[in-house]
Amino acid sequence: MLKRKDLLGLRDCSAEEIYEILDTAAEMKKLLKSGDKSSGLLKGKSLVTLFYENSTRTRSSFELAAKYLGASEVNISVATSSVQKGETLIDTGETLDAMQIDYVVIRHPMAGAPALLAKHVKASVLNGGDGMHEHPTQALLDMYTMRESKGKIKGLKVAVLGDIKHSRVALSNLFGLTKLGAEVHIYAPSTMIPKEIGALGACIAKSREEAVDGADVVMGLRIQLERQHGGLFPSLSEYAKFYGVNGEVLSHAKKDAIVLHPGPVNRGVELTPQIIDGEKSLILEQVTNGVAVRMALLKLLGEWRGVNL
Amino acid sequence: MKLLIKNGVLVTKKGERKADLLIDGGKIIKIADKITEKCEVINAEGKHVFPGIIDMHVHLREPGFEGKEDIESGSKAAVKGGVTQVCCMPNTNPVCDNAVVVSYIKNRAAQVNLCKVNPIGSITRGQQGESLSEIGKMKAAGIVAISDDGKSVENSLIMRLAMEYANDFNLKCLCHCEDSALVDGGVVNEGYNSTLCGLKGSPRAAEDIMIARDIALSESLNIPVHICHVSTYSGVEIIKSAKARGVKVTAETCPHYFALTDDIITGYDTSTKVNPPVREERDKNAIIAGLKDGTIDCIVTDHAPHSVKDKQVEYNLAAFGISGIETSFSLSYTYLVKAGHMSLAELAEKTSAAPARILNLDGGAIEEGAVADIFIADLNEKYVIDKTKFLSKGKNTPFDGFEVYGLVECTIVDGEVKYKA
Repeated sequence: MLKRKDLLGLRDCSAEEIYEILDTAAEMKKLLKSGDKSSGLLKGKSLVTLFYENSTRTRSSFELAAKYLGASEVNISVATSSVQKGETLIDTGETLDAMQIDYVVIRHPMAGAPALLAKHVKASVLNGGDGMHEHPTQALLDMYTMRESKGKIKGLKVAVLGDIKHSRVALSNLFGLTKLGAEVHIYAPSTMIPKEIGALGACIAKSREEAVDGADVVMGLRIQLERQHGGLFPSLSEYAKFYGVNGEVLSHAKKDAIVLHPGPVNRGVELTPQIIDGEKSLILEQVTNGVAVRMALLKLLGEWRGVNL
Repeated sequence: MKLLIKNGVLVTKKGERKADLLIDGGKIIKIADKITEKCEVINAEGKHVFPGIIDMHVHLREPGFEGKEDIESGSKAAVKGGVTQVCCMPNTNPVCDNAVVVSYIKNRAAQVNLCKVNPIGSITRGQQGESLSEIGKMKAAGIVAISDDGKSVENSLIMRLAMEYANDFNLKCLCHCEDSALVDGGVVNEGYNSTLCGLKGSPRAAEDIMIARDIALSESLNIPVHICHVSTYSGVEIIKSAKARGVKVTAETCPHYFALTDDIITGYDTSTKVNPPVREERDKNAIIAGLKDGTIDCIVTDHAPHSVKDKQVEYNLAAFGISGIETSFSLSYTYLVKAGHMSLAELAEKTSAAPARILNLDGGAIEEGAVADIFIADLNEKYVIDKTKFLSKGKNTPFDGFEVYGLVECTIVDGEVKYKA
């Protein structure tokens, strides 16, 4: 049982808590793979996904995780909600609370929004991504995939390439992986490296090859085309040429290295299509693991609620 | 009407002196070891008597934003903080860019009749940065300076022309220094903590570039300029080197820049959101050093009261600003004097004499013949800052719960008691 109401990020999670989540996710994956969606572990519970940004996989992954465990689920999207009428996040949260919701999954373009919501609701808040801050469930599913494939996290070399600066996936992975004893090596144009990321535990590589050299895990991060107009890089093709991961770059990693990407992938930009579809790629396995990790979190937070509320 | 303050320690330009002080007709008429007079007496035994604080960077919000503050609540807060004179920034609604608004503020302040209120006019119409406000007419109505506070006049030509034109009316530009393109939506200092929190950071360079530009204009035109709320170590260096070669630049800072570092942002408490942002240890130390060596002339508050709804939102959406006028003296005393960085006389220079000199205002000294704008404080009184006790409508302070020294007990403006604890 996690000793917390909410999961806001991995910054404030201990290594023990992360292992507990990963262990529970392993049980959930067994359940998921058995095809049994009738466990009813969360029967009578309700979950709302409150998304202020577009999402396909995170949202459907949470919704399915809830449904597979027997919870009822409602989604609120910005376009149809009162958010556009100027309702504050706190008012929205209190309204959901009044509807006797057990869990709220929030995705929000601004860092700290889940923390603000969590302070004002009785429901358990799960951070589905907040601005450039954290995306803890993505990092947990990444770590789950690494551990399932490599048997451990401690001592792994993880190379992360892409838009680190605007990536909540990168930051959550950095917090989580360093807590569990992995090394995180990053590489990107300097315009996409946040200040003092080294002081947070990342090793900043001088080249793609150096980042990937001897890596157990190679992770690409999505490059958003709109950043090009902001001047972070001149074009997607130039990005691919100097910063993308191709077969040659990947050959510097360990022979049994795995390739991950949080999706959606720009084929031929962050990773070449051959790598995406190649034998090292666990990109689809990540999606399955995402459901398992989210089932695990709902279960663990639900147990906390059973005792504390 | 006469008023006698007995047995206090007077904080004068020459240092501290235990003496009695007699006020008559709004002036300090006599200072002596022992004065006997049949009139109202305040016993200041064990207390210190300071020249009233002149806070030359304050937002009173009226007209237009009375939900955040008005001239009455802001004045009450001021005198509670030992402030006898404020200069209020023009980012009201309508903007204080014409004589009518200036007169309105002066009239309201006269009705309220607590601290002195000196309006600051905007540099450009509507603070839009495009064409000059009616600076001369505003001067005639009573402004003491001009500023587009809250943003820089981005167009360097307009800024140059404003400095030249205002100088004809013996008015200074108070420059809010910020290259908005470089700030790029940043809400905190760019550095370790912005990365840790995933909040967009604003680099020091965004402030430094505009400090350097406004100094360059001042130097080339040989016209004085004043730099608002300096927050960066590098900005201090730019001002220091300009002063060394004789540029007529003056500068201010605020208590949050010498009392805090950006470690306070990590919990997303929106009361920590201020522009320019609170920065790092290195900056804090440079600000203190700059105050000590004279690079930074004065301490102001940038008192920026906001309502709860402006702050109880996502960090990115929260309004910038700290409600600071009630805590400025205690914080300055605690973090500068008690911490051993400066004497009481030096503190009074920063809070009172320097602002008076920079804006050519009456006040800032405890001496015979001076205006009787003073406050009495108990420096041994330790207390915990409690925002719920603020008289300002703005409860937005990052200092809530801080233990500080130096409680203002009595504030006197033009010889009249305007506040008593």
